[in-house]
Amino acid sequence: MSDITQDDVGYVAPAENAEQDLYHPKSWITKYVFCQDAKVIAIQYASTAIAIGLVALVLSWLMRLQLGFPDSFSFIEPEDYYQFITAHGMIMVVYLLTALFLGGFGNYMIPLMVGARDMAFPYVNMVSYWVYLTAVFVLIASFFVPGGPTGAGWTLYPPQAILSGTPGSDGGIILMLVSLALFIVGFTMGGLNYVVTVLQSRTRGMTLMRMPLTIWGIFVATVLALLAFPALFVGAIMMLLDKILGTSFFMPNIVELGEHLSYGGGSPILFQHLFWFFGHPEVYIVALPAFGIVSDLIAVHSRRHIFGYRMMVWAIVIIGALSFVVWAHHMYVSGMNPYFGFFFATTTLIIAIPTALKVYNWTLTLWKGNIRLNTPMLFAIGFIVTFLNGGITGLFLGNVAIDVPLSDTMFVVAHFHMVMGVAPMLVVFGAIYHWFPLITGKMYSETLGKFHFWVTFLGAYLIYFPMHYLGFVGVPRRYFELGDTQIFTESVGQLNAFISIMTFIVGFAQIVFFYNMFRSYAAGKKSEMNPWGAASLEWQTPEMPPGHGNWGKSLPLVYRWAYDYGVPGATHDFVPQNMAPKDVPMEKKARKSTRSRKA
Amino acid sequence: MAKTAAGAKALQPGMSGFADDWSSDQRAFKNVHWGKAMMWIFLLSDTFIFSCFLISYMTVRWSTTIPWPNPSEVFGLSVGGVEVPLLLIAIMTFILISSSGTMAMAVNYGYRKNRKVTTYLILLTALFGASFVGMQAFEWSKLIHEGVRPWGNPFGAPQFGSAFFMITGFHGFHVSVGVIFLLIVARKVWRGDYDRGDRGYFTTMKGGYEHVETMGLYWHFVDLVWVFIFAFFYLW
Repeated sequence: MSDITQDDVGYVAPAENAEQDLYHPKSWITKYVFCQDAKVIAIQYASTAIAIGLVALVLSWLMRLQLGFPDSFSFIEPEDYYQFITAHGMIMVVYLLTALFLGGFGNYMIPLMVGARDMAFPYVNMVSYWVYLTAVFVLIASFFVPGGPTGAGWTLYPPQAILSGTPGSDGGIILMLVSLALFIVGFTMGGLNYVVTVLQSRTRGMTLMRMPLTIWGIFVATVLALLAFPALFVGAIMMLLDKILGTSFFMPNIVELGEHLSYGGGSPILFQHLFWFFGHPEVYIVALPAFGIVSDLIAVHSRRHIFGYRMMVWAIVIIGALSFVVWAHHMYVSGMNPYFGFFFATTTLIIAIPTALKVYNWTLTLWKGNIRLNTPMLFAIGFIVTFLNGGITGLFLGNVAIDVPLSDTMFVVAHFHMVMGVAPMLVVFGAIYHWFPLITGKMYSETLGKFHFWVTFLGAYLIYFPMHYLGFVGVPRRYFELGDTQIFTESVGQLNAFISIMTFIVGFAQIVFFYNMFRSYAAGKKSEMNPWGAASLEWQTPEMPPGHGNWGKSLPLVYRWAYDYGVPGATHDFVPQNMAPKDVPMEKKARKSTRSRKA
Repeated sequence: MAKTAAGAKALQPGMSGFADDWSSDQRAFKNVHWGKAMMWIFLLSDTFIFSCFLISYMTVRWSTTIPWPNPSEVFGLSVGGVEVPLLLIAIMTFILISSSGTMAMAVNYGYRKNRKVTTYLILLTALFGASFVGMQAFEWSKLIHEGVRPWGNPFGAPQFGSAFFMITGFHGFHVSVGVIFLLIVARKVWRGDYDRGDRGYFTTMKGGYEHVETMGLYWHFVDLVWVFIFAFFYLW
């Protein structure tokens, strides 16, 4: 990276964007409720996402109660169990992780990290949040309609999703689909903002290849989302029409309870294709921001520049592009043409190359680094391990011959919870701890943070490792209870009980996290400016937490990439992005020697 | 430190210019204002929506077991006792494509700051758009009178009516939204909001004649989508 060298690269291009016209709030309502400031919108997004995520956490407990202790809880009927599964999956994937990474971290970090005063379209950004909130309320409303929420499984496969045998097939499925459509509309508004802000309103000196990897991850994930969500939108609209108007897009000739329904001639597999054309990029919509954020956490807390920055960027872009041509690996057993399996298995396994490259680069960043094992760093390292685990089981499931016996077993559940549940959540926690001082101006409790990490990390492994085993012995997923099945040994039931107990321990441990956050916010120690000694732009604001318009009087000028740690000869172990080369404090000898070397 | 604006490099043509722009700071699309960039990206996303609709339509057309109706007969009109196939659609398509022409002229006159002509041209575009939607309503009501419903029709496969109402409805919705926004932009041009840089009622941001161009992008897109719907639905 030529940017690391200390010669006077003082050239910064003249300003091309006019000073951004900001909306200045005049009342409490426009400042904190209908707010156009990306930072407040980010907090609104994140709080809503975490709140609905807690609902999904409780739902998973209820599921585990049934699985771990069948026949003990009379209030959980089979119908309820399917409704819990469906709502848990949908909330966690769409309403929590997507909204939290893009709406939450995207809104907060993009303007700060690229040196903008706000998002490109603050008003649209505000509307985006309110549409998202409406979608969440519609989702919650589905719990209270007659028949309850839909129990079709989070993939909502027709025909069963809209037939009367499935719980929630009256109002529940309709509200679910409406909520998804609203979510997509709201997300599109936000997503346009993120993309345009990254492309068009960076500060002077901030080239694309100087952006922190957090921004690269969020940016590519947003592009994926803008291109993948349309498929889900179309699928939702067509299923709504099938349900409400009686069209037959997805419905074949079908007999229900001995009665021939009026449907006929539709294609159920069409929905699966549409759903997974959205569904697979969705995995990377969640994973890419996590990749980006974790790269920054590792670089900052090991005091080293990220290893192979350019390769990391291209890996993100290539993973994003490949994610659009792998979707049917979710459909090996769906009855599609078997020849497709070969193509999709090949593309799926190719994704392992850029992904492995990223894991190697994270490890090489740690290599000989001055590692500080504080809470964000622990979570970041936990992510690498977990992601590696989940990624390797992904290689199993990507192969047709191995997937066919393993599909619809607990192995699949373990795989995707490792790779897209636990791994991103570890990054979410790490990122919240990392940026907590920036967002609140206070320092969290390191002791509680470390306690939270160890319980969550070890607990998650105790939950999901046994599940792999359950999958291998053939325990199917989505079964209300195994009953008196002869093929399963007693240990299967014991393991299930153990897993259930662990979910309660891990779940309740999150109270420590919330206590830490609220307590530190209310009465924590005041944090110094830039407590981690980070080089990227978001820590260089004149005030902390950053004020309205982020940058005070004038926008920062950027002279280097975001990873100048341990620059030879510099007196500090990091050089902020916005420090002019002539201002970098150098050891006297070193300055001379670099000068003479250049000459 | 920073060079003056005069030192800024002129835009380079070809691949080297592309590489220059994308490796530069501040903007990847030089001389493109934010609203225009946003509209392009939105249209890309919208393209995926319409593509999914059209691909789904093709899929159900293959999956259904009942023969597909002959569009030339279903969409024919009888003029003075003579059956003319696709007459109404031909007129609708002609009108919508003409409206793209008037829109392009409006953009041109807008950048010349010719308020009066720009307003007239935008209003003419909106009128074309509204008449397109009107004729679509006529076509819908004619088909409904003949018994075509989303769940079935007397001519053949029930998916014909489903896909027809869904896709033309979604496109018609796009045109209607476009007409509303054209009227808003026309009013702003007429009052001179863009000359004075008045703030928008909702967004509280200043607007300029670029809005006319952004609006134009949307309108051309809706027009282009219609060409595909026309080809895949009416001609196939």
